Amino acid sequence: MRTGLDSRRNERLAFFDMMLSDERGRRAVAQVVVGVVVLLILARFALGIAADFQKQGLTPGFGFLSNTAGFGISESRSFTETDSYWQAFRVGLENTLRVAILGIFLATPLGALIALSRLSGNPIASRISAAYIEIFRNTPLLVQLIFWYQGVLLRLPGLADAITWSPGGGGDSGFGEITWLALSQKGMALPRIIPGDGSWAIFAAVVVGGVVAAVVVSWRRRRSATNGGRSFGFAFAVVAWAAIVASAWLAVGRGAFELELPTVDRFRYGGGTILNPEYSALLIGLVAYTAAFIAEVVRGGIQSVSGGQFEAGRAVGLSEAQLLRHVVLPQALRVIVPPLTNQYLNLTKNSSLAIYIGFPDLFNVSLTIGNQTGQFVIVTAMIMAVYLALSLLSSMAMNLYSRRVRLVER
Amino acid sequence: MFDQLRTIAIITLLAGGFIASGIVACGGGDETDAVVETDAGTDSDTDALVDTDSPTDSAASAGNDQSAEPTSADAPASEAAEVEQSTVAGGRLALVQSRGELICGVNDQIVGFGAVDPDGEFAGFDIDFCRAIAAAVFGDPQAVSFRPLSAQQRFTALQTGEVDVLIRNTTWTLSRDTQNGLDFSPTTFYDGQGMMVRTDLAVTALEDLEGASICVGSGTTTERNLGDAMREAGADFTPVVFEGADEVFNAYESGRCEAVTADMSALVSRQTTLPDPDSHSIMDIVLSKEPLGPAVLQGDPGWADVVNWVVFGIIQAEEFGITSDNVDTFLGGDVPEMMRFLGEEAALGEGLGLSNDFMIDVIRAVGNYGEIYDRHLGPDTPFDLPRGSNRLWTDGGLLYSPPFN
Repeated sequence: MRTGLDSRRNERLAFFDMMLSDERGRRAVAQVVVGVVVLLILARFALGIAADFQKQGLTPGFGFLSNTAGFGISESRSFTETDSYWQAFRVGLENTLRVAILGIFLATPLGALIALSRLSGNPIASRISAAYIEIFRNTPLLVQLIFWYQGVLLRLPGLADAITWSPGGGGDSGFGEITWLALSQKGMALPRIIPGDGSWAIFAAVVVGGVVAAVVVSWRRRRSATNGGRSFGFAFAVVAWAAIVASAWLAVGRGAFELELPTVDRFRYGGGTILNPEYSALLIGLVAYTAAFIAEVVRGGIQSVSGGQFEAGRAVGLSEAQLLRHVVLPQALRVIVPPLTNQYLNLTKNSSLAIYIGFPDLFNVSLTIGNQTGQFVIVTAMIMAVYLALSLLSSMAMNLYSRRVRLVER
Repeated sequence: MFDQLRTIAIITLLAGGFIASGIVACGGGDETDAVVETDAGTDSDTDALVDTDSPTDSAASAGNDQSAEPTSADAPASEAAEVEQSTVAGGRLALVQSRGELICGVNDQIVGFGAVDPDGEFAGFDIDFCRAIAAAVFGDPQAVSFRPLSAQQRFTALQTGEVDVLIRNTTWTLSRDTQNGLDFSPTTFYDGQGMMVRTDLAVTALEDLEGASICVGSGTTTERNLGDAMREAGADFTPVVFEGADEVFNAYESGRCEAVTADMSALVSRQTTLPDPDSHSIMDIVLSKEPLGPAVLQGDPGWADVVNWVVFGIIQAEEFGITSDNVDTFLGGDVPEMMRFLGEEAALGEGLGLSNDFMIDVIRAVGNYGEIYDRHLGPDTPFDLPRGSNRLWTDGGLLYSPPFN
């Protein structure tokens, strides 16, 4: 018995020797081994999950998502307790997107501005920017979020003592004071613009104006290319666009838009556009934090452009703005865009910290869904799938842009 | 050419071997002893996970273990000796009596219900019920030793016979009553999800919270209970949901929310830690049912009766108006009901295996229900928790004792 085993093992070793003597064979074996190991690990997880499902008497599937949610969500005008888990999940996703997209749009210019001021010769601006970057980059985001939420926004006066600004003298709606702007622990209230009957004309004018502006820009560019001199394309475009929109507005008259002014009620704001403290804290926190990283990315990009390029630009008489726009940025962007993508992805994923400051983002809402249904595996898989999709989509978009700004070699 | 073929053959063999061993490791095979062993190992792993995670599910395995026990004689030798003893020789009561003290499974972390006081003594609402049982059995409220148990340990401790009775704010649910092999005694505290509000808002009903923000923890059913209750009240509200209890109460404290919802017992102890506890009040409203009471091991009706009737007796004493101070004045009275209750007429205690005047000892030791409640949760405590459902049925509450006849 023993000898039989030994001889079989010897045979196997002989096979192994032969196989390892061949370079391609070795590589192929390594690939297969890794692949199989990965598959085994995945299979182990899958089987474990299936067994757990069976034990707890749960049926894997998405059927539970159409059941009534039964809980409320603060950041949604439309969602009510009688809506389904699907609706709740959708509201969570919308809230995440609301924070992520606006956050990216605010963090990018802020970061660029900080980078430029850090690179500027002005010692005060440069020091302040450096201090900003170091402080925000080197403290945990969660701490910052809690600081903004509990340390700043919740320290504002209560609703009864809200800071209000009412240029028209305000008034009383019967429910509470009418105002243009109110600021309190309950957040910020602003007038809401409600499209009126004639608003379609304004929207049309905005679109038409945009097309006309584009035409004007290209016309000015061509003219300046043939005749020389500056194109002033941007200025012309703005004027053209503003003229079209303004004339449409005049034509429609006062019915274009209505302003809904917020009121300060007993427990909350009525009407208007309301920025809850949770949303504001999350947005401020994410923007402030990510802007510090973006500033460093932009600074790195600009500094990667060699000094000779600056000197050459100045030597041909470009102004500082022109130098930046035509010489530095095209080269710097190539370096900036890939790490900038990372920061965008980070901002999106970091928004899941919202649960600590009570903002009902995708993660927060999903956790509640998981708690209530016990379908943690499915819900977790859904959360992961959504964040993955968001990340892949935004990196795809950024990769496309990156390809556009890449150095074209002729 | 030949070389390539050979390589491919080897790779195929190896891959096959890996997959085969993989199937074995995953417990999908069915050939050898080794396979069976691995299989069993895997299963018990998952079991352990499920057990620690949810108390309800621990039922499955634990319930099976002990379901064999009460069939006395042929119980396997490996079973816990004490459990066997309790079922064979006169039950748990005889065991407790021969031991000379009661072992009570309690909580040591909820001030007001079960915690260690500054003198190092266990004190609290639940603790007093332990002392009451000890007084009933031994005539001595000190003849009890306390075992602090965590939420996970508690059912196992009862099932293995480590404790005689579990009085550790345990909610009576169907699955616990059946799958965990417990028998619940009458509810001693009707807890439930409650609501705390700022006193200056003058809110008395859920309807008054129309438009308010309510801070809530993202717990198992808390959010939904809130949603259900507010929907029923027809009040529109804004839930502000946090993951941890600390964040919930921080936000409430800072004024973000007009109200905060959590279990009553959590609310009362949190209230005492707020900077100005008096400016907050707990509404006299319950959003969900959490009946808490003692539990004993299933299958020993004699012992369960003792615990049940001590609890009933404490409730009945309040209904009679008998307190630890005035109990002596009731002795030698002429109301038949009270005479039976205090063991002066008939022999009710005997039926339980106790002395006939066991309720006198109980009342002298801990007093009636109202006294216990007031001592730990009442107006003179930092909690000042309204009785709510924990009033006598005669006062519109849920406390009701069957007659002592």
